[in-house]
Amino acid sequence: MLGVVRQKMLGQSLPKIRPAVSVLRSYSSAAKQMTVRDALNSALDEEMSADPKVFLMGEEVGEYQGAYKISKGLLEKYGPERVRDTPITEAGFAGIGVGAAYYGLKPVVEFMTFNFSMQAIDHIINSAAKSNYMSAGQMSVPIVFRGPNGAAAGVGAQHSQCYAAWYASCPGLKVLTPYSSEDARGLLKAAIRDPDPVVFLENELLYGESFPVSDEVLDSSFCLPIGKAKIERVGRDVTITAFSRMVGHALKAAEILEKDGIDAEVINLRSIRPLDRSTINASVRKTNRLVTVEEGFPQHGVGAEICASVVEESFAYLDAPVERIAGADIPMPYAANLERLAVPQVEDIVRAAKRACYRSVPLAAAA
Amino acid sequence: MAFCSRNSRNIIIINLLKSKVGSSRLMKLSRVCCYGTCLNSTNHCRFLPSTTTLPQLGNPDPNSHKKGHSPCSQRFQSTKSGQQFASLPNGEHSQVLDFPGGNVVFSPEMQFLSESPNVYNPCYRVLDDNGQLISNSVFVQVSEEIAVKMYSNMATLQILDTIFYEAQRQGRISFYVTTIGEEAINIASAAALTSDDVVFPQYREPGVLLWRGFTLQEFANQCFGNKADNGKGRQMPAHYGSNKHNYFTISSTIATQIPHAVGAAYSLKMDKKDACAVTYFGDGGTSEGDFHAALNFAAVTESPVIFICRNNGWAISTPTSDQFRSDGIAVRGQAYGVRSIRVDGNDALAMYSAVHTAREMAVNEHRPILIEAVTYRVGHHSTSDDSTKYRSADEIEWWRMARDPVTRFRKWIETNGWWGSEAESQLRSSIRNQLLQAIQIAERAEKPPVKDLFRDVYNNIPSHLREQEKLVRETINKHPKDYPADVPVDVAVKDDGVSVYDVDVIVHDDDLIIHVR
Repeated sequence: MLGVVRQKMLGQSLPKIRPAVSVLRSYSSAAKQMTVRDALNSALDEEMSADPKVFLMGEEVGEYQGAYKISKGLLEKYGPERVRDTPITEAGFAGIGVGAAYYGLKPVVEFMTFNFSMQAIDHIINSAAKSNYMSAGQMSVPIVFRGPNGAAAGVGAQHSQCYAAWYASCPGLKVLTPYSSEDARGLLKAAIRDPDPVVFLENELLYGESFPVSDEVLDSSFCLPIGKAKIERVGRDVTITAFSRMVGHALKAAEILEKDGIDAEVINLRSIRPLDRSTINASVRKTNRLVTVEEGFPQHGVGAEICASVVEESFAYLDAPVERIAGADIPMPYAANLERLAVPQVEDIVRAAKRACYRSVPLAAAA
Repeated sequence: MAFCSRNSRNIIIINLLKSKVGSSRLMKLSRVCCYGTCLNSTNHCRFLPSTTTLPQLGNPDPNSHKKGHSPCSQRFQSTKSGQQFASLPNGEHSQVLDFPGGNVVFSPEMQFLSESPNVYNPCYRVLDDNGQLISNSVFVQVSEEIAVKMYSNMATLQILDTIFYEAQRQGRISFYVTTIGEEAINIASAAALTSDDVVFPQYREPGVLLWRGFTLQEFANQCFGNKADNGKGRQMPAHYGSNKHNYFTISSTIATQIPHAVGAAYSLKMDKKDACAVTYFGDGGTSEGDFHAALNFAAVTESPVIFICRNNGWAISTPTSDQFRSDGIAVRGQAYGVRSIRVDGNDALAMYSAVHTAREMAVNEHRPILIEAVTYRVGHHSTSDDSTKYRSADEIEWWRMARDPVTRFRKWIETNGWWGSEAESQLRSSIRNQLLQAIQIAERAEKPPVKDLFRDVYNNIPSHLREQEKLVRETINKHPKDYPADVPVDVAVKDDGVSVYDVDVIVHDDDLIIHVR
């Protein structure tokens, strides 16, 4: 995959000489586009190539090329020992992955969606997250649990839940939520290299989306730090935090708000645990207003934690109550019109930002 | 022994049958014991390598009906179709369905597989109840040195359990789990393994750790959760763990270690190591989903793992009749395509032989093996349990005295002239003194330092925990009278929270970052 991209780059006649990647810190306005799917595939490929201890395991990851084609070509390249199709038992293969990690391998365990991870949650929490502590450092678990999280389109209640808040509440885990292709590549590589267990929450609807990627991102040594959020759009009037697919919604909301004279700062959280509290708080201290956006259920959600953090550390800087945008407090309905009402839309974010800025707007969407 | 040892003639028969996959499907569940023996028999049994524990056989020799002897004299109805197949003239295979799972023979008779066998899965044993070798028994020879070491360890385990149990009753430790009655399973299995084999225990297998060299002092330190505990006081007593001894730290959750063992075994196979994974669990643990997923997975991935089930009759207060309705555990292994055997768990020599053979099979053939060790939980489930509430004290007493595995093995080594009463009393008093001393030392030792509260949550301590640790230390230093004296606060902390000895140097993104621990 990467080879293909490189050939394309050489084919173009770029006038400037590319400086060494490590010196170049700014992101060039790259012509390269990459889908999130390809970003994940290339990251897996490169990490498997670099470290023979990395292997992939899950339902349909091998012969089928991945339920969502994320592991396309990997079985052919690395063989059935390193790309393992499993029987249908999430509890089984999560436990087996943890066992392999105890021994010293670096498994990447794929859940077809994180809704199915509930069948394996005992192994994720009790066998993976807590082991290093309970064994006093004798059993480290360099495992990555990855897969699509949150709502897709028309998949119903048992296939649409967002698990960011659940996993992020557990000490011992790291929880990452990429948005763009750059996020996907950099964070997946960081997750695989990390000695701690990582829950890597992707999004099915983002797999097909293309994002610009710079040369630095395409380099095989590219890696993003875990625990640092990215300010996608700098602003002055209100801070909007979001993660995963909602980042796209927040950016669209920011464009609409700009026309109404509200300059929104959009933060792509990238990492839910550890949460980048310093970036969030610094932003709120600048803008004095906060809107948190997430797809998941509202109670005990990510927004609740962000709100608490801001209230604890930057209370005096808040000029308005924190607004939380979350999915509706109901199991996800199937019918398309109902589903649309149950998931945050761009207009919801716009209205919340305006409320935070004391513009009078109705609280609920018009039917 | 009821699964094939290399010299058995039946191994040839098994290979023959491998090519007749289809015939096995309708025939195989005749779990027949050759001469009608079962668990209660104390007579020696001439066990032919039988059909009972091999996954593919129901009719071990398609032509056996023509010979004078058939290896099994009893048959279920369900094997009738097998005989039909066997008696078809060669070439007439129109009675076979070729589907993704393999070739399956049709039958016009509607035969349900019976839910319970006419005869139970036989139990392999070598020593009788008086510790005397059963004639014509098949077993792996044990040298005097190993046998004596096995016995000493079994006796040590017994004494260790008694003394620690008493210590809990006296309030000196908070909790304890005994292994009384299961010493043979613990020690004999450990003796048959190598130190490279990785062990995933439940919590009733400290004997394996004892065999591997964990000292009495180390056991005591963990139970008292003191500064010398290599578990840093993080867990309840009896939750031992030691990387050095390839013994993965015990966690209380039932049966979660079973798929872990399979994962480790898969890794060992990928690494091409001369080692296997071994995991222990009780009869109750086999009801957990993890057991089923793990066995299935082990069979599919052909991983070198030994599953040792301590079928001790009780899961806290739940007897096996309320736990499952299958004929114990070994038959379940068979159902998953795992080679299995039922062994008398109180017969140290039989356990040793079975585990020794299982290990060879696992490592050389890359296959999982399931060993069901039948025994009895003489002690209570733990110190939080009083088992006389749900079972008769007589039953417990009988198993404690008449079926004690330690005594049984001692009789065998005494018969061989390898042990005597003087050696016995010397051992017992020496171990007892060592244990009492170890407890005293462990009790008086300091507890783990405050910093151990915050370490190991992640590989590197995150900043918010570092901050909290600093705050806790400051508070303790300010109000020393409010905190117990035996909790060391460690190095004095400077104003900026940096203690001289706690620094990590990390290179991150070309930047040199000095992380303060």
